[in-house]
Amino acid sequence: MTMRVECHPVLGNLENQRRITIYYDDQAYQAYEGDTIASAMMAEGVKTLRYHEVSGKGRGVYCNIGHCFECRVCVNEEKIVRACLTPVSEGMRIHSLS
Amino acid sequence: MSDLLIIGAGPAGLSAAIAAAEEGLSVTVIDEFPKAGGRLLGQLHQEPNGEWWNGIQKGEQLSQRAHQLGVTIQCEVSVYDISQSKNGWEVYTTRGEYKAEKLLLATGATESPIPVKGWTLPGVMTIGAAQIMGNVHRVKPGNSCIIIGANVLSMAIANELKLCGVNVKEIIIPKADITSNEAGNPEQVLSSLMRLTHLAPTPILRQLGKIGKMVHPKIAIRLFPKKGIRMFDIPLRLKTAALEIVGDRFATGVRTVNIKANGEIDHTSEKVVDADFVCIAGGLTPLSELASIIGCSFKYIPELGGHVPVHNEQMQTNIPGLYVAGNITGIESAKVAMAQGRVAGLAIAADITNDWEQMETSINKAIENVNITRDKALIQFHPGISDARKKFYQKSEVNLTQISKIKKREA
Repeated sequence: MTMRVECHPVLGNLENQRRITIYYDDQAYQAYEGDTIASAMMAEGVKTLRYHEVSGKGRGVYCNIGHCFECRVCVNEEKIVRACLTPVSEGMRIHSLS
Repeated sequence: MSDLLIIGAGPAGLSAAIAAAEEGLSVTVIDEFPKAGGRLLGQLHQEPNGEWWNGIQKGEQLSQRAHQLGVTIQCEVSVYDISQSKNGWEVYTTRGEYKAEKLLLATGATESPIPVKGWTLPGVMTIGAAQIMGNVHRVKPGNSCIIIGANVLSMAIANELKLCGVNVKEIIIPKADITSNEAGNPEQVLSSLMRLTHLAPTPILRQLGKIGKMVHPKIAIRLFPKKGIRMFDIPLRLKTAALEIVGDRFATGVRTVNIKANGEIDHTSEKVVDADFVCIAGGLTPLSELASIIGCSFKYIPELGGHVPVHNEQMQTNIPGLYVAGNITGIESAKVAMAQGRVAGLAIAADITNDWEQMETSINKAIENVNITRDKALIQFHPGISDARKKFYQKSEVNLTQISKIKKREA
């Protein structure tokens, strides 16, 4: 299932997007170069990016421009980043936090 | 070390960079988003003459012009501290330390949350988040959505989501409570829509604006149909309130209820409306944290969207060498932000060369252009902006331009 807006009446169509593979919680997903982690996961229909430290309930993208820190994820097992501000790269390994 | 460091590569920051670089200053612009353009990215609406305002294109044009002038634009840089030294500013970021003689904060605005029950569920996001997802990343957060919060921003973005192929099922208002304030009162919501919309970018908003001149909102809201009115074929339901966002692992819909003109709830009408995602539209407020950590003075001005750094018409704050432009100074359209950016860029050039007299004509012309742009603005977030600004600048204790002029004459 893709949620890409391939065609748009005013902005035009998406063309020549370069596909790359990223891994979220060890599962492979297709992304487009230029995606953020947040947009790539949303395009694949993945809404939950982490689990609350205390309640264990899911959290996802809320503000999408870095203000709220709700979408933080772990990249390449070393760095915690905001998914909405972090571009994807080929082979990137992303893990949800809990 | 640059002459000028600008934090925020949006309409204000990029316009300031262009104006300052044209005056020969070395300028660096930083932004934490991966693309330059700020909130221009995503903006897409039709002007009264039928032309589309495409914010992505505008942002690209500004970036290109800045690059031509030798401006350095660095994205994916987050600022976490700022200190002032004898020689200027030291700005600490995720990509190291930046130094500059003058500093311009063009950090824009942030969306005010309305914490409707269930708002932390995945699939609930701000209206701006959905706009960026659809128009910039070209990803739909879902196939259908409900928008909670009826204001000029949510109505414009509702249409943008529709252009992305999203079925926007309805725009409703939050339940009246301590956090939703005016946004949960049907009469006040309609009243603010009617006041704001004489120049609005949609025919139905303009109609509301015309009606607003003839009918008191108290009466208009009584006549407002329970089913709502349609705008871009999207139902605008000011007499439907969101009680909670429902869903187990992620949002699957909204529990809604009919309300009367005074906000009184008709519990018999309770039902769940399904949707793939839910947007919360709580309006905008200036994003001014960096001005706070520097120690800038603030003033609370409701018409401008909240607390704004004290500044004058030349965009100088009460801290020497610190300037502000764009939505950090009050919530207005991107065109106003661009005009303010130009003022700031010119004023900073005058400050650095300490030659206010030579720059005076061009600065005054740029200030006049801000006022003209404001009066012509298509989307006015608050009806009292112009007056509030005038009062603010008259009373403003920041008069550095005058001070430096006098100093120069004395010398």
